[in-house]
Amino acid sequence: MDLTTPSLPEETPRLPQLDDYAALIGAAELQELRQLAHGLCGRRVTMVNTTASGGGVAEILNRLVPLMQELGLSVRWEMMKGGEEFFAITKAIHNALHGLPFEARPEWFELFLQVTEQNRARIPLDDDFVVIHDPQPVALVQARDGLKNRWVWRCHIDLSRPNISLWNFLRPFVERYDASLFSAPAFTQGLPIPQYLFYPAIDPLSDKNRPLEPEVVQSVLERFGIDPKRPVLTQVSRFDRLKDPVGVIQAYRKVRKYEDCQLVLAGGSATDDPEGEAVLGEVRDAAGIDPDIHILSLPPWSHLEINALQRGSTIVLQKSLREGFGLTVSEALLKKKPVVASAVGGIPSQVIHKTTGMLVHSVEGAAYQIRFLLSNPGFARQLGENGYEHVKENFLLTHNIKRYLLLFLILLQPS
Amino acid sequence: MIQAAEPFQFVAASYLIRIRTERAWTLAELAAHLTSVPPSSISYHTIQSLESHHYTSFSNDFAQWVAAACNETLLGEELGAIDLRDFVALEDLRRTLVETLASYLGRNPHSADRPGFEPFFFCEANEFALPTEIQATNLEELSKGIQQLSLQSLHYHFINSRIRLQLKTNDFSHWIARNLGLPVLAEDLNRVDFYTNTLEGVRAEIIEMIDPWI
Repeated sequence: MDLTTPSLPEETPRLPQLDDYAALIGAAELQELRQLAHGLCGRRVTMVNTTASGGGVAEILNRLVPLMQELGLSVRWEMMKGGEEFFAITKAIHNALHGLPFEARPEWFELFLQVTEQNRARIPLDDDFVVIHDPQPVALVQARDGLKNRWVWRCHIDLSRPNISLWNFLRPFVERYDASLFSAPAFTQGLPIPQYLFYPAIDPLSDKNRPLEPEVVQSVLERFGIDPKRPVLTQVSRFDRLKDPVGVIQAYRKVRKYEDCQLVLAGGSATDDPEGEAVLGEVRDAAGIDPDIHILSLPPWSHLEINALQRGSTIVLQKSLREGFGLTVSEALLKKKPVVASAVGGIPSQVIHKTTGMLVHSVEGAAYQIRFLLSNPGFARQLGENGYEHVKENFLLTHNIKRYLLLFLILLQPS
Repeated sequence: MIQAAEPFQFVAASYLIRIRTERAWTLAELAAHLTSVPPSSISYHTIQSLESHHYTSFSNDFAQWVAAACNETLLGEELGAIDLRDFVALEDLRRTLVETLASYLGRNPHSADRPGFEPFFFCEANEFALPTEIQATNLEELSKGIQQLSLQSLHYHFINSRIRLQLKTNDFSHWIARNLGLPVLAEDLNRVDFYTNTLEGVRAEIIEMIDPWI
């Protein structure tokens, strides 16, 4: 079955404030955040990235900035501007830093520096702390000459196997920062500046993660034609070959020999991404006419639907071939769902094999572990419970805020 | 109820993890780095890791990596069995880790250079410990304060404290013995097993032990 989403009734709850997180993280944690922030009250912070919406970085900053402001810091969020050609180059840079081939053209580097210069003239960069997100704005650090503020580079991507010629171009800029932040130890490059571990985080009170009434979950499943009485396997991710949606279908078929289950592949809209559309076609071809495979091409604002689909699932899958951090795993674990996921990128930080989920390396492995969990619901439930605790202790937005506060306090200490 | 002359000062502890540049692909590399990384890194992978290993097989990162990434389960058990309660100095702990590894590699030389599935990344923790507004002058207040601690702060007072105090005890037992003159309770608390418990489990057991004395 292939559906586009019907929308849920409009609901715009007020933005959560710090006190709202106490029920989940405890009053003590919240008090500690306030105590740490006290030493930074009035300090000015500028966050710089390249987009206000879309993508994990914007999603985190959207919540991080107001909560840090509530803690008494003066936080500004600036977006780097550049034309189509610049962003085509930075996309190639992004892919090359993930290890894909890169054809280094001198004019690309020139344009990269030229756009950096234009933004440097436009964005005030003299706040106490300047946090630059990802490689696109990395060269803004040239603006620090003559300033006494602290500069931080937050790298959200896996730098473990970068294209060397490109990395040699970027590295001198990175080395001018006071600190660098990585999502996993394996993503680092042995930099001479301090490298800190900053896990990405999910907001437990966002529409994508907040608790839902069982009736809401049920109604979403029913509207998509999913039978809540039979096991539901779900993978939430955009239609991208690196997420291996066809591999997920193959695994499901192997499971179907033993279990009467359904498969949900829920992903972002493919209309603005030619490759995504092609992959969606491949997925539809692979699914054929099986009425128990639900391919849901959802618009980007379908957070509540995604939330309900995850909550309504028996097992959540993330069978990626390559992955940055894979926060959809944390989203599922927060909902106490047993997860079967590939041991790639940041997933092993979230899924401790046989403890907070099951790690796999192949279609066959995924199919076997799904069958195992369907046959052992008690064990699956325990994985979900452990996973919930693991996320609660490591991957929430409040942890991210705490890490920033600690970092700023460290940076204020005399070197 | 006995009142202490000197109050117990609760602390809010937080940690930021720094990723070091040393990494080990083999047991030989692990052994080499173990001798040279700073004590803070030894502490992070053994004492600090107890905070996050409450549901993994081994209580320290070295044992976990050796078993999971190198498939050297015997060595994993040997490293995992090193009991932090026996140490008050990180250099002694380092020496024991190095000797355990050297002894194993002496018996199994072929294991030294076989690469693991993934490397071991050395890290260390920057600690921030700030006094809170909460103090205790008797057991009831101590129990209440412990119930309000974050897990990191509980870890700071109950586990990290062993190295800080340079005594084979924890902050709570130390204060109870010195200020309330209750050595039996102090000793009982010190026997709470932080290896086989989650930190929440440790907290519950501590409270359960203190409450009958109130």
